[in-house]
Amino acid sequence: MLDGILIGLSTAFSLSNILMVIGGCLIGTFIGMLPGLGPMSIISIMIPVAISIGDPSAALILLAGVYYGAIFGGSTSSILINAPGVASTVATSFDGYPLARQGKAGKALTVAAISSFCGGSIGAILLMIFAPALASVALLFHSAEYFALMVVGLSAIAAFAGTGQVVKALLMTVLGLIMATVGEGALFNMPRFTMGIMDLQSGFGFITLAMAMFALPEALYLVLDPSRSKTEGGSNEIKDLRITKAEAKSIAPVIGRQSIQGFLIGVLPGAGATIASFLGYAVERNIAPKEEQKEFGKGAIKGLAAPESANNAACTGSFVPLLTLGIPGSGTTAILLGALIALNVSPGPRLMVDEPEIFWAVIISMYVGNLILLILNLPLIPYIAKVLAVPRNYLIPFIFFFTLMGAYIGQNNATELLILVGLGICATVLRFADYPLAPLLIGFILGSMLEDNFSRSMQLYDGLGFLMERPMTIGLLGLAAVLVILPSYRARRARLRQRGVADGD
Amino acid sequence: MALDRWIALVILMISLAYGYTAFFTMDEGLPPFMKFNAIWPSTFPKGLSVMAVICALIILLSPQKADAGPKAGDIDYRRLLDYKLGQATALLAMMVIYALALRPVGFLISTVAFLVISALILGERKLHILIPIAVIAAGVVWYLVQQVLGIYLRPLPFFMGTGG
Repeated sequence: MLDGILIGLSTAFSLSNILMVIGGCLIGTFIGMLPGLGPMSIISIMIPVAISIGDPSAALILLAGVYYGAIFGGSTSSILINAPGVASTVATSFDGYPLARQGKAGKALTVAAISSFCGGSIGAILLMIFAPALASVALLFHSAEYFALMVVGLSAIAAFAGTGQVVKALLMTVLGLIMATVGEGALFNMPRFTMGIMDLQSGFGFITLAMAMFALPEALYLVLDPSRSKTEGGSNEIKDLRITKAEAKSIAPVIGRQSIQGFLIGVLPGAGATIASFLGYAVERNIAPKEEQKEFGKGAIKGLAAPESANNAACTGSFVPLLTLGIPGSGTTAILLGALIALNVSPGPRLMVDEPEIFWAVIISMYVGNLILLILNLPLIPYIAKVLAVPRNYLIPFIFFFTLMGAYIGQNNATELLILVGLGICATVLRFADYPLAPLLIGFILGSMLEDNFSRSMQLYDGLGFLMERPMTIGLLGLAAVLVILPSYRARRARLRQRGVADGD
Repeated sequence: MALDRWIALVILMISLAYGYTAFFTMDEGLPPFMKFNAIWPSTFPKGLSVMAVICALIILLSPQKADAGPKAGDIDYRRLLDYKLGQATALLAMMVIYALALRPVGFLISTVAFLVISALILGERKLHILIPIAVIAAGVVWYLVQQVLGIYLRPLPFFMGTGG
């Protein structure tokens, strides 16, 4: 592990990679602050730039910086104008915004920055401990286990992302898998489902799909509902950034607890930073003394520190399944996986063995990213916050333009822009009807790997024999079935119980 | 019928067409040596089509739940006309026009036109600020994409040279 850390240090601390982290954090903070733009949209927009860099370590370091920066920026807009840029910072606004309204915006931003820094750093240490252990277990896996593991990952994502509507999430996952079969795959070297359209020969572009699923609907929502980009009403005055010793002492245990809890939630596929932040807030509120509980929601710094440490630790935690198993646990890490594949890097247990410089550089750069966010962004916040003053009439055309550019640069084909618009409209309609979009993208990205491993197992065992002959495979597939059936069963039971109460039973 | 069921119905149709291709037409052109394999190009799609049909049917046929309305902060599609639907449609049309114009008209003119017209659609009237911003943005992005990233973007209309 020490060798790996040294390799990571030398890669992450090269001048170009330091610039990547700084650039990524600043870009992420700037864009993440704009209400309505989440990390998935920002990372989608940044992917063509990252891919064109060519060096996978540098590209991943840039994207990880953008990811952290976006979460940080989202917290800032939550605190200053009560408009969370990302879902995972909604809980931040519960106490952050009341603090800002009391004229303590500077204090709130400091608490948020320190909590984020500690959450991210503790998460990175845990990642450094857990990831190699998990990767060495995963090295024992064969294609059959990989296939089963991906099914588990997809089922877990559907179960979590569906929040009571597991079938909808499952349908979206299968739709993503179906979309992945379009085009000429490497496996059979023949075009499938292209309907004779030349532009579909190479399949759907993953960048186009990511933009269409996240950036475009978000931008269309901003157009449809102008109140989403409203920036009035908050206190933008940022004066005193200091916190007292007593305050630091009171939030220290909260940060410690929520960093660990957030990390563990982040590791679970499908859970992610949003659930971690809400759960972190709820747990701290419940275990606080009675008098302090009353303060929650009115400007309690514990209520601000909890979601901030939890969401950053969860972001780091979500890298564990990505780097060690090659399975993304969230929409954001799915986009990062797509970027890695585009750069000819296959994340998974072999990544640590075959390309340790990428594996360790990403982990080390997470420390660096967190540190940069703390020392660079905190004093710059009053200036960066000026971005909130960009008028909607200028902001929206630029979001649309960068979405178009991202898809164009990714494929260098104008037809891709028409596909982007078509898919973007479909994604917006799906969002209206509450169909989760992250499972679709994750299904699409994992689709070819899933088919590849399934086909290899079928060929090795000359049929479905691998299901019976490999106990770990059957165990994992059983787990996948439980993951899908259990939430549906619980939701059904809750519905029946509710109906019983309503009927007066 | 609620929107989510309409969507499930559309996906069911797509899945049936996909399944029909996988089950009945896809293997026709398969070379004879591949027919001895345990796995065919249609094997995986067959499984996917069955799963998609089952999921879509569950959504379509499950008992209708009481409509809980949109989530806080989300858009209520039932009163879509109360939102800025005209602006959204016009911007989507602008994106399509931009896609079609990008090659023949060139990057610089089409981008400036896209940014200016989109802002006008949204209600911006300060052209003296808008046009310089659009021109600078188009120029900077063109320079970064073409010169820094090395991705070809024809800057001017097709009759004025390639600009590469």
